[in-house]
Amino acid sequence: MTNIQKEINYVIDKFIGKKGILIPLLQEIQDIERYLSKETMSFVAKRTGIKLAEIYGVATFYSMFRLKPQGEHIIRICKGTACHVSNANSIMDSLRNNLTFANSDEDTTTDGKFTLMEVACLGCCSLAPVIMVDEDTFGKLTSESIAKILKKYD
Amino acid sequence: MSLEIKVGLASCGLAAGARDVYTAIENYLHKEKIAADLKKTACIGMCFAEPIVEISSEKFAPIIYGRITPEEVPELIEKFLTGTPNTAKAIIAKDCEAEENDTYNSQTRIVLRNCGKIDPVSIDDYLKVDGYKALEKSLKNMNRTEIIDEIKESGLRGRGGAGFPTGLKWQFAYNENNKKKYIICNADEGDPGAFMDRSVLEGDPHSIIEGMIIGAYAIGADEGYIYCRAEYPMAIKHLRIAIEAAEEKNLLGENIHGTEFNFELHIKEGAGAFVCGEETALMASIEGERGMPRIRPPFPAQSGLWGKPTNINNVETFANIAWIILNGAASYAKYGTEKSKGTKVFALAGMIRNSGLIEVPMGMPIRDVIYKVGGGMKTERPFKAVQMGGPSGGCIPAKLLDTTIDYDSITKTGAIMGSGGMVVMDTSTCMVDIARFFLNFTQNESCGKCTFCRVGTKRMLEILTKITEGKGEMEDLEKLETLSKNIIKGSLCGLGQTAPNPVLTTLKYFRDEYVAHIVDKKCVAGVCKPLIKYEVIEDKCIGCTACARKCPTKAISGKVKEIHLIDQDACIKCGICFDVCKFDAISKS
Repeated sequence: MTNIQKEINYVIDKFIGKKGILIPLLQEIQDIERYLSKETMSFVAKRTGIKLAEIYGVATFYSMFRLKPQGEHIIRICKGTACHVSNANSIMDSLRNNLTFANSDEDTTTDGKFTLMEVACLGCCSLAPVIMVDEDTFGKLTSESIAKILKKYD
Repeated sequence: MSLEIKVGLASCGLAAGARDVYTAIENYLHKEKIAADLKKTACIGMCFAEPIVEISSEKFAPIIYGRITPEEVPELIEKFLTGTPNTAKAIIAKDCEAEENDTYNSQTRIVLRNCGKIDPVSIDDYLKVDGYKALEKSLKNMNRTEIIDEIKESGLRGRGGAGFPTGLKWQFAYNENNKKKYIICNADEGDPGAFMDRSVLEGDPHSIIEGMIIGAYAIGADEGYIYCRAEYPMAIKHLRIAIEAAEEKNLLGENIHGTEFNFELHIKEGAGAFVCGEETALMASIEGERGMPRIRPPFPAQSGLWGKPTNINNVETFANIAWIILNGAASYAKYGTEKSKGTKVFALAGMIRNSGLIEVPMGMPIRDVIYKVGGGMKTERPFKAVQMGGPSGGCIPAKLLDTTIDYDSITKTGAIMGSGGMVVMDTSTCMVDIARFFLNFTQNESCGKCTFCRVGTKRMLEILTKITEGKGEMEDLEKLETLSKNIIKGSLCGLGQTAPNPVLTTLKYFRDEYVAHIVDKKCVAGVCKPLIKYEVIEDKCIGCTACARKCPTKAISGKVKEIHLIDQDACIKCGICFDVCKFDAISKS
């Protein structure tokens, strides 16, 4: 058994036998590998008896679950209404211009350092446009200030 | 003398740098050996003026300062102590002039009564402001029907958006004869542009918990859930601490206040799905499934979570309960209009000067909310519309600014009261683009169960995209209206039934803009990229090269001190040149 499977087993043991566990279970498991791999989902299905199709259904329904490996830092770009009217699109453009991606569909940088993610609203509308890097929120952004923020994570 | 200093450390404060200000105060007090009570509070609602610091003492009335930097801390405290406070930075003060005195005093704070005033993670702070007194009153002096009657009489209507009378909802759950019942707090605030619930969850979690315990006692529930979106980590943290503290004081758990009443409260983190704000979808999500709505009836009051009678209210609704019980239904019903009682919290955002959180009595005209409480427009550009109700709401134009804030008047405009998001737009916002923005959102968030919502919104989005690209035709407008009607009729839940609202209201009030996009191929606001063009104004360009250096596609050519030129084929219309030019030498048309 790999170390990751051991950790996953530990999480499953905490939840098994309780009702309505699938979402919190997957949330905690995702914290281990930072995404849900096909192997992990199969393993969870085997251990819990929940059908793989059901697990996959839940994992693809909620935007929080990620099915691809993630970069070291996750940048959440707020696409809420207030940010949208404050030109959040230019913030996204600026981020993509300051980072290197294999192609325009890719969300994770080639060096695996950052993953870009659009989110509906971070609730800091008074500071629009806003991004969140991991747990830190940055507001009142301009396309100019992006480079400075990225430098902090070098 | 006893000095008290409070620093607002909610999400918005932290993002504005409040942590550094807090540390600077801590260091200064330590260095100067000043004895003071330094407190962490949450959001007072004046997000536009963060970081915010409040200083008070026995000798001098409190002054709330805004936009404080760590460097300003020593002078601020020193001057306050000597009785010559620096009023230039004051935003709210009793004894002296302050920038926001009027805007603050024009509010009525019931839901936000403690936000920004108490330490949200200290139960003792909450107890000091009459916290959990309403619970004690309910359990000791009132019977269950008396509580429900009190809420009915107050006229409180659900603050989640639809405005269903709360007392009646409780009555339905009470009427069910079942040993097991649930009570749920819907804290899945998903509307983009709304953050009322976040601020209350972060700033006064006990008021929500108290409201839930009273509700649980009234309907006969012994178990409850707070379903909170995971994008609000601080809200979840504060709730956890608050629940633990309430358990320690036996305000949650078994035999509360020595009565037979037991109540257990859990937190469920959402996983990111807007549709889970709909009550049946929310319950499916708590059960661990895909959050898809189901047909009603049976209503949750009859068969809800795990098939048991369930009552769901939103954060703001619960935050009103303790106040109503303590002050009486009549005091609450004093505020508001005939059919919409009490106050409403709004999140002001967008192109408004005082963006943040406000609470006003129902019945106030929108004009007063924006120009009196909100301080008017942020820039010189004129007001164009205010978006209310998020993706389920609509855009209210300038000519309807005198509409009063109550459920029925707002619905008449084609928008909805919604949960309280108010995004103010000026002439730099394109109404077709805004309609497309919301449709894009609802189309992404449609759970896919109903064909009209799943496919209909997709077709509408395609048409709107076509129009913003200058490829629209006049027939498209009729198609949009037909699709809207059918989606409203053919969808099971509120998401689909209201998804066309942003399109319908913009078509109703801003049809000219649609026509300009289609016929003249023009976007007046200068937002829709395929319809705009950036050019160098030759008379103004001094050849500083700033734009050429910043252009991501190297579309700008020109040497130092020579007039520059934009290659239109290479230009991606990102607008960086327009932003960086200090000489206004770039035109956007």
